[in-house]
Amino acid sequence: MSAVVSPIREPLITGSKTYHDITEDICAPTERAPGLAWTIAMALAVGGLATFAFSVFWTVYFGIGTWDLNRTIGWGWDITNFVWWIGIGHAGTLISAILLLFRQKWRTGVNRAAEAMTIFAVICAGQFPLIHMGRIWLAFFIFPYPNTRGPLWVNFNSPLLWDVFAISTYFTVSLLFWYTGLVPDFATLRDRSTGMRRKVYNFLSFGWTGSAKHWQRFESLSLILAGLATPLVLSVHTIVSFDFATSIIPGWHTTIFPPYFVAGAIFSGFAMVLTLMLIARKVLKLEDYITIEHIESMNKVILLTGSIVGTAYLTELFISWYSGYIYEQFAFFNRALGPYWWSYFGMMACNVLSPQIFWFKSMRRNIFVTFFMSIFINIGMWFERFVIIATTLARDYLPSSWSYYVPTWVEIGIFVGSLGLFFVLFLLFTRVAPVVAIAEVKSILKSSGDQYRGKNAVPHHHHAHDDHGHH
Amino acid sequence: MSDHKEVLFGLYDDEEIMMDAIRVANKEHLEIEDVFTPFPVHGLDHLLHLSESRLHIAGFVYGAMGTLTAFLFMSWVFTRDWPIIFGGKPYWSVPAFIPITFELTVLFASIGMVVSYYTVNGLAPGVENPYLHDRITDDKFCIAFKTNGASSQDVGKMKDFLSRTGASLIDSKII
Repeated sequence: MSAVVSPIREPLITGSKTYHDITEDICAPTERAPGLAWTIAMALAVGGLATFAFSVFWTVYFGIGTWDLNRTIGWGWDITNFVWWIGIGHAGTLISAILLLFRQKWRTGVNRAAEAMTIFAVICAGQFPLIHMGRIWLAFFIFPYPNTRGPLWVNFNSPLLWDVFAISTYFTVSLLFWYTGLVPDFATLRDRSTGMRRKVYNFLSFGWTGSAKHWQRFESLSLILAGLATPLVLSVHTIVSFDFATSIIPGWHTTIFPPYFVAGAIFSGFAMVLTLMLIARKVLKLEDYITIEHIESMNKVILLTGSIVGTAYLTELFISWYSGYIYEQFAFFNRALGPYWWSYFGMMACNVLSPQIFWFKSMRRNIFVTFFMSIFINIGMWFERFVIIATTLARDYLPSSWSYYVPTWVEIGIFVGSLGLFFVLFLLFTRVAPVVAIAEVKSILKSSGDQYRGKNAVPHHHHAHDDHGHH
Repeated sequence: MSDHKEVLFGLYDDEEIMMDAIRVANKEHLEIEDVFTPFPVHGLDHLLHLSESRLHIAGFVYGAMGTLTAFLFMSWVFTRDWPIIFGGKPYWSVPAFIPITFELTVLFASIGMVVSYYTVNGLAPGVENPYLHDRITDDKFCIAFKTNGASSQDVGKMKDFLSRTGASLIDSKII
């Protein structure tokens, strides 16, 4: 219909759906009472959120001294968690922006949930630098506002301030992009409901009508936002990597960091999308919209980015030897074989070795393998950030400053609790909004539905003449 | 809206039937008021002779405003208002301004375009735009004619067109 699709492409919507079936299937989870699985998951997530709140309260009330940070390990779990979450928050915008520019149709099945995941992951990420400030009530100092101290401005030359701008911009743009796509789907929910529910969705859908002119502007806006979000998503983790790369610490001061961090971010983000979608498609009965084909496509991205990350690890080792600079050589020797060898081993095993299993098609299409791999990768990518931060800081220039770092219960509580915060937000999202972009899936039905494509396709009179589309 | 609009509309079951209908309407010089669809239908804007959206021009202007705001402000702070030497670098260290300049360009362009988009579409939280049928956001494709002041002969012609081109439901509404 809309574009020529290669005949070897597999269908992306199975079950011979009509437009109305799509509406019914995707709206259904928001219209029925929550099931047992959801309720249990929500209870666990609320428990996590309570842990988060309590640990943060403890930190703010008694101070950062309740963490085991020391001289020289000034960054520990907290910044590890920050980089981990912000990395996870890269998949959504990548799926919805970069894959939109590349015209990848499988994007439509997963972009809504991935964008939601992005927003929630960035919310989680944002907590950590704020908590780390210690005096969180002065957090507004990071913004350049006219003040009575001169005015004394923030340091615009600092990568930490670049981070403030990058992450707040990323959050805002992701939110706008996500909500703009949600408006027509909220209108679908509105027109199916009555009473109070209709009022709520009428408010959320901004009075959407589906007029041709509105759709034309919608597509124009989506395309330009995608064009803007593409360099943005690459810039965010680049700037996060500048936090390390612009320092003069051996092991951090490397020019490979920006591309390596961006690849790692996409890698971990896709892993988290898979973790969530494998559960969501089952619980919400969306197997016809998030198919094995979608899972395989994401596994291909994981294989690619995992291999880029692996190449980066090996390049770092090579360059540290090749540099002939003993401090750099020591930093990497220490990283692999020093006191934190176990985290380096975990990182290598989870991020570099295990994803190679996805060279096999049968593994890429295996749901259990994919699920366990997605968990492995999440663990491995957490280790990567811990390796970079803790091993480097534990071995300073002065051997008298060398130390070891173990987190306290407060730091562990904040991290585990942030998972609770994330899942509370995500579980609420699955109840309130369509988890799959309804309008976008409908727009690919004629080109990717299994009644039109693949082995179940039936000859269809609309395909007999070819004067449609191609404008 | 204070002024009433009388609308005659037909619902089609498939976007391809609707597209064929619009082609017929164009041939017969029937003036379509608006078309409503549950998802963006490709080629519809051409058939309806909609002019290209100018949102991208607005986006460029907003983005340029962001670029200038960020760059000029940081330059002013570090060369005029409160010059400080950081790490022995010049006061006006342009490469260090690039990340924030880029971020604010994207931020201004995105917020500006999204606000413009909702404003020109007349969409906002709580707005109740008149709607013709509940299934338009589900699986029906709607062609609407304005019938204010139209003669009964003209209305008959429109009705005939809708039923001839395969509309599954024909109705009129005052909105």
